[in-house]
Amino acid sequence: MTQAGHPEHQHVAPPPWRDVRVLRVAVQMVVLLAVAIGIAYLINNLTTAMGERGLSFGYGFLDRRAGFEIGESPIPYSATDTYGQAFIVGLLNTLFVSAVGIVLATVLGVLVGVARLSPNWLLSKVAAGYVEVIRNTPLLVQLFVIYFAVLLQLPAVRDAIALPGSIFLNQRGLFVPGPQLGTTFGTWLVILGAGLAIAIAARAVAARREAAGRPSHRFGLLGALAFIGFAVGGWILVGEPPLTFDLPVPGRFNFSGGLALSTSFTALLAGLVIYTAAFIAEVVRGGIQAVRRGQLEAARALGLSEGDTLRLVVFPQALRVIVPPLTSQYLNLAKNSSLAIAVGYPDLFKVGTTMANQTGQPVPVIVLVMGTYLAISLATSLLMNLYNRRVQVLER
Amino acid sequence: MTTDTLAPPRASIGPVAWLRKNLFSSVVSSLMTVLMTGLLLAVVIGIGQWALSEARWDVVTRNLRLFLIGQYPANQAWRIWLSLLILSGLSGLSAGVFGRTTRSLAVALSAFQAILAGLTAVSSVGPLIVVGFVVNAALVWVGMVAGLRRLVPRRALTIAWFMSIPVTFLLVSGFAGTPLPAVGSNLWGGLLLTVLLAAIGIILSFPLGVLLALGRRSALPAMRILSTAYIELIRGVPLVTILFMADIMLPFFLPGEIRIDRVMRAMGGITLFSAAYVAENVRGGLQAIPTGQIEAAQALGLSTARTNIHIVLPQALRAVIPANVGLFISLLKDTTLVTIIGLMELLGIGRAILAQPESLGAHLEVYVFVGAVFFVLCYAMSQASYRLESALGVGTR
Repeated sequence: MTQAGHPEHQHVAPPPWRDVRVLRVAVQMVVLLAVAIGIAYLINNLTTAMGERGLSFGYGFLDRRAGFEIGESPIPYSATDTYGQAFIVGLLNTLFVSAVGIVLATVLGVLVGVARLSPNWLLSKVAAGYVEVIRNTPLLVQLFVIYFAVLLQLPAVRDAIALPGSIFLNQRGLFVPGPQLGTTFGTWLVILGAGLAIAIAARAVAARREAAGRPSHRFGLLGALAFIGFAVGGWILVGEPPLTFDLPVPGRFNFSGGLALSTSFTALLAGLVIYTAAFIAEVVRGGIQAVRRGQLEAARALGLSEGDTLRLVVFPQALRVIVPPLTSQYLNLAKNSSLAIAVGYPDLFKVGTTMANQTGQPVPVIVLVMGTYLAISLATSLLMNLYNRRVQVLER
Repeated sequence: MTTDTLAPPRASIGPVAWLRKNLFSSVVSSLMTVLMTGLLLAVVIGIGQWALSEARWDVVTRNLRLFLIGQYPANQAWRIWLSLLILSGLSGLSAGVFGRTTRSLAVALSAFQAILAGLTAVSSVGPLIVVGFVVNAALVWVGMVAGLRRLVPRRALTIAWFMSIPVTFLLVSGFAGTPLPAVGSNLWGGLLLTVLLAAIGIILSFPLGVLLALGRRSALPAMRILSTAYIELIRGVPLVTILFMADIMLPFFLPGEIRIDRVMRAMGGITLFSAAYVAENVRGGLQAIPTGQIEAAQALGLSTARTNIHIVLPQALRAVIPANVGLFISLLKDTTLVTIIGLMELLGIGRAILAQPESLGAHLEVYVFVGAVFFVLCYAMSQASYRLESALGVGTR
């Protein structure tokens, strides 16, 4: 809008050093340039330092023979395999302990969080005591207590502590029944899938009827019954049981059969679960308390049962508050799993440090390790954000 | 013949009614009460029996000096006493001048030092140290009384706090060729190193975090992208990897003639790490400032910098104080990770003590002691942060 017509409003262009548009671009250029120069300086130092040691930045070593053993691995691995394969083993171990940890920590955390709100005074105080003690001491100290002071002091294999359900605990670790897939497992899985499809379809019908204002309870229930029927019927029909449990049997020197979880893994998992559960308990408590009292009173006034009030009124609203902080607790658990090195579990970080030492190439290795952790974090938050979008209220 | 007599009313007050309401309100509740009582009894009896008869507490008392200051030279220990006296005095004064919110912290500090005095009294480190802790614990209360009498103006106290940080650091590290001979950071250890790592970490990361938070909300895309990338990158990786990078990789990135010692490298790593978390806290505070205030400042002709300094930051930083106390607590706990790169902070020195032949096998004693020290410090701070939250009226204003 030029106002050249009015001499008194003549637009005078400010000099460039006072022109906001120019300044904005200039400031950004300067910052970007400074950052670029800084990074270039560091990389220059790096290449010089590596050159002096006769190294060059690259990932060629990933194809070389690793030459070190890894204590436990979900996939076959031996010292003759490559560094790349060793890295994959570390990654799988990290993912495994994180995934199991997240599930168990959520279960324990929800239980403790609900217990803190219990009308039973003693129960809520015990839960509060647990949360305060665990949250105010470092995870690493807890891991050392569990590993050195508890698990390594357990009785020898011969005098293993037997827990109900064929679970044994001794110095060598935790021995649990291991699932064994039978030859008919595939067939049973197909039948199970069919049952699941029917259950989902029934739910969809129920939801549609509910939206149309017609009674819908039966359909959801029928779907669930169909699923159970398919699962049980399929199990009987395929003949040989598709899934059996191999029980650990005490031997002379060690247990045979079953699933052996090493002391390191058990310590790390227990530490992560106990620590994270205390934080999740606080998240859950906060979420439930964030539901307004009026909502509860209204539900009671409408004659909803105690269970229906929780299921239909409290949880859907609490979930909205819970999911974002829960996400960051899951991320913390995955990141804290890197403390595995303190108890000797071969996770991503531990395998990474071994690789860094052996190859003499710490920089590429740690870049790779950090990049992988970053990818795990981003993937987790992406998944949780998708879930978060589902539970958030749809506002018009 | 029926008579409409009502049953006598059940007691609704008194201990029996309280028991009925809070412990035995239903079958499930009663069952839980019984279960929890059993659990508590088992735990308390188990721990009590171990702590009173089996535990070898001499491992802790014999090595108390190592736990507190590591291998800091004995003839220079007065410098740490002086730093501690400054801390005690300032805490006491603040408790008097600033009022209730800092009082719980000061009381906790005094109590903690009284506990240490008791511990040293039963150990073999000497009566002088017991006296030192008693004097410190008392100084907190003296300071509180002086503060309540308004003997020190608020502003002077704030300045004194800011001054105390470099003064303490210089006292502890010293300078070669001065009456304060340099004490290499490889000799710092125990609780001293833990507190220094956490305190320096949070203090240095604060300005960096504020800049990153402002950068992330900047209208300039270059600033926004750089800040966001830094914050998300750091928050996406574990602290151990950053410490490892600072320990092993930093020498690669610096020119050969620059050497930074290990403790400083760890401090740098902790600072860079916590800056990203400070930034996210501060961003929360920035978002809480209504846009109307920023628009009003612009309408008054304030530049972006002035708007931030005079309008936005004072309100935002005030709102995030409790969150930053929480961050400080987790940072204090996270300093234990430097054990993994081989530094001798409280937990690391505990591991070193366990390697002594006469301490062999005393895992539980050492770790319980280390855990208890952390618990006392962190619990006191978390309680103070709750009070701070209600005193500042965050969320109710």
